[in-house]
Amino acid sequence: MRWGVVTFPGSNDDHDTLYVLDHVLGEDAVSLWHKDRDLQGVECVVLPGGFSYGDYLRCGAMARFSPIMESVVAFAGAGGLVWGICNGFQVLCEAGLLPGALIRNRGLRFVCGQVHLRLETTDTPFTGRCARGEVLTLPIKHGEGCYVADPATLERLDENRQVVLRYVDASGRATAGANPNGSLNNIAGVVNEQRNVFGLMPHPEHASEKVLGGEDGLKLFRSVIAAHREVGDRRGAAVAPGH
Amino acid sequence: MRARVYITPKKGVLDPQGKAVEHSLHALGFPEAHDVHLGKYVELSLEGLDVGGARERTDAMCRKLLVNGVIEDYRFEIDE
Repeated sequence: MRWGVVTFPGSNDDHDTLYVLDHVLGEDAVSLWHKDRDLQGVECVVLPGGFSYGDYLRCGAMARFSPIMESVVAFAGAGGLVWGICNGFQVLCEAGLLPGALIRNRGLRFVCGQVHLRLETTDTPFTGRCARGEVLTLPIKHGEGCYVADPATLERLDENRQVVLRYVDASGRATAGANPNGSLNNIAGVVNEQRNVFGLMPHPEHASEKVLGGEDGLKLFRSVIAAHREVGDRRGAAVAPGH
Repeated sequence: MRARVYITPKKGVLDPQGKAVEHSLHALGFPEAHDVHLGKYVELSLEGLDVGGARERTDAMCRKLLVNGVIEDYRFEIDE
């Protein structure tokens, strides 16, 4: 499967993501430059973590208008897989590809550490290889990760099962104490209604090797690879009878 | 033309900075301070427009880039 990782000025997890895709998973991964419009035939676009455009104005507000984002928005609209991690999640919210917004952490401090996350739905291409209710451990590192949306949007997210991950304690309970940034309803990651655009604040690419403290992040990457293979198999099966 | 844009957190949206400043004001002996909110202030010059045109273009800038309508409100003034 071919992956593309976008580099904006100020991205800093782009190479870590490329490393996991290429060296850990053996995938075909290319770097995409913010000034380009060509997505180079990739099948999943990752918007990585970092501080695009210095987080000026609002996190993700300027990156959203990069030339590459025009192509990413069109790609997402055609059903392509788009995955935003941390700053990438902020960019997707600013671009209107995901509902809600990410504001300054309630505690006003930059938070950095491991968190527990409960997996709320396996019905997405990003989580098909996980189990519902499973607790993942992933690192976070952000100053603006407090997820907010109006009450109607929050209700719709629940109705459509668009909340993918919630901050929980080690036993899987979504308590106030387990919420690192004040996110409403402990929301750590959401998908769009069509389920092809996913954003989360935690960093799966930094939990993809045992030596770095854990491998739970690989479950998400492997879910995407499996989902992509299934689509390919279905297409193959649909074509086969004619031959 | 000169535009002055005031951007504030939308009513009901968490404003942790406003809350922190309010607590500090109380701690410093200003218990009368409440409903403290922190926002942004943007100034810019516009060329070749009358007041009406400047209003229209400034409003478009706010909606497109300067303001995120999910979390922020805005108002602006235009001076000649």
